[in-house]
Amino acid sequence: MTSAVRHDPLPSMRGRERVVRTLLYSLLVLGAVLALMPMIWMVSASLMPSGQASSFPPRLFPSRVTFEHYVALFTRLNLGRYLLNSAFVALVVTATSLAINSMAGYAFAKLRFRGRDRLFKALSAGLVLPVQVSMLPLFLLLKNLGLINTYWGVIIPGMASIFGIFLVRQYALAIPDEMLDAARVDGASEFRIFRSIVVPGIVPILATLSIWTFLATWNDFMWPLIVLSDESHYTLPVALANLSGEHVQDTELMMAGSVITVIPVMLVFLFLQRYYIQGVMAGSVKG
Amino acid sequence: MSTGRLRIPSEANTAAWFFLAPALILIGVFFFLPVAAALLLSVTDFDLYGIANPRNARFVGFQNYSRLLGTSEFWNALRNTLYFALVGGPLTIAVSLGAALLLSSKLVRFKGLFRTIYFTPFVTTLVAVAIVWRYLYHTRYGLFNYALGGIGIGPIDWLGDPRWAMPAIILMTVWKSFGYNMLIFIAGLQAIPGELYDAAEIDGAGAFRRFISITLPMLTPTLVFVAVVTMIGYFQLFAEPYVMTQGGPLRSTTSVVLLMYEEGFRWWRMGYAAAIAFVLFIVILVATLIQFRFQRDRT
Repeated sequence: MTSAVRHDPLPSMRGRERVVRTLLYSLLVLGAVLALMPMIWMVSASLMPSGQASSFPPRLFPSRVTFEHYVALFTRLNLGRYLLNSAFVALVVTATSLAINSMAGYAFAKLRFRGRDRLFKALSAGLVLPVQVSMLPLFLLLKNLGLINTYWGVIIPGMASIFGIFLVRQYALAIPDEMLDAARVDGASEFRIFRSIVVPGIVPILATLSIWTFLATWNDFMWPLIVLSDESHYTLPVALANLSGEHVQDTELMMAGSVITVIPVMLVFLFLQRYYIQGVMAGSVKG
Repeated sequence: MSTGRLRIPSEANTAAWFFLAPALILIGVFFFLPVAAALLLSVTDFDLYGIANPRNARFVGFQNYSRLLGTSEFWNALRNTLYFALVGGPLTIAVSLGAALLLSSKLVRFKGLFRTIYFTPFVTTLVAVAIVWRYLYHTRYGLFNYALGGIGIGPIDWLGDPRWAMPAIILMTVWKSFGYNMLIFIAGLQAIPGELYDAAEIDGAGAFRRFISITLPMLTPTLVFVAVVTMIGYFQLFAEPYVMTQGGPLRSTTSVVLLMYEEGFRWWRMGYAAAIAFVLFIVILVATLIQFRFQRDRT
């Protein structure tokens, strides 16, 4: 991590280094086991025959692998529907918020207009407000608009976010003004400039933002729980919480449901983690 | 910035508002407006009759607030939330810092692999892992009690004993969220110049001494950021008790947000629930200001 050049260690130090290194690796491996254990048990229990996850002593691995719980979830318990609901809501929120936040973030970073800094400050102040404060009136507002118990009731409040605008603005500040002004002199329209100069320039932060939004929307629980009252509209977390009330005893079934809920976000993360981790770092260092 | 260099062309001005309009309208209508409305709602007796017809709601002044502060139910929820935030927060930060230090050691390889593993719990769906942990905590069949039994500790009724339910939720939350702070600490540690450590080493400072005299002071801004973000998040505790304990046993895990949810969306006492939400906001605000003040006094 540090670029410091190490001196030639003395033989005695080398022995000590080996002890320290062994200790560090033991701690790291122990940590990794603890971090992964719940996920491994979840997958393993989801493949056990009914009842096997509730036995003493507890089993780590199934005596024989069965997919019956997955079959039950998709045939009897409508899980396919919830999976589609979750995917639809998360994809629409991601796509729309990407467009809306990137336009606003760019405007705050690069366009000169009256009241810009004051407006940005006012918007930033909103970051200290816990979202729960808005929930009760928002529910009444959406009810008046006829949006309760619809996908749009979940989607619309997620279509723009102060944090997303922040992230894009920080990144867009680095675009050279000369490039934009040159395009203006050439007669390019503002929208054209945005599309063909700005967007290509901020692709990394857009990648970060879209993964971030997708995962946050997929995992979100409280707001969908409030808005979606009809089972056919449930997202996976809401359906899972509901299911866990009725099927407390069916450990293996609940584990299979958890696997289905968690696997998509794990895959998105594992394949795109570079962008996701960049986002965490970017969001913090500036703070 | 470069504002003075060019006159603001009116075209750019119009374009700016065109770019901003969708975001500002959405955030204004679906966030700032509801927040303002929540303040109004909290001074009315808006309830089920109000939902049927808003005219049924009457202005009641600060009655909701005084009623709230007079019930043991609210103080219980606040106490539980503070317990969760003030024990769980520092514990998470300590684990995060420990993991970041391990992963920043010059002696360790495979850093990327370990970092990914440690971060994985953070991206998982809270509801799903809360359900998984509910079974891991099972008094008889759960892996935790089995492991504890192996070292001679008798079975703990994790989620059924009022003394253990909150610690159980805290443990799960530490597992779930330490990876995020860990990444931020790794970035913070990387920013500390290596020469400082080399100089200290030449002066004969041991590893512990270097940590106290270099790492911690250099990391203070990161620590404050992490502490504030973690605490704000932890004050909003909701899904864990909702899924794992339903606020029990004996209301020992009912958080402020869970109380707000129950009052507002189960019993539809929305005026009262709005007052709960505002008190939560004030608590978070005060706690945030205290932490920033703490930092200013130290530097």
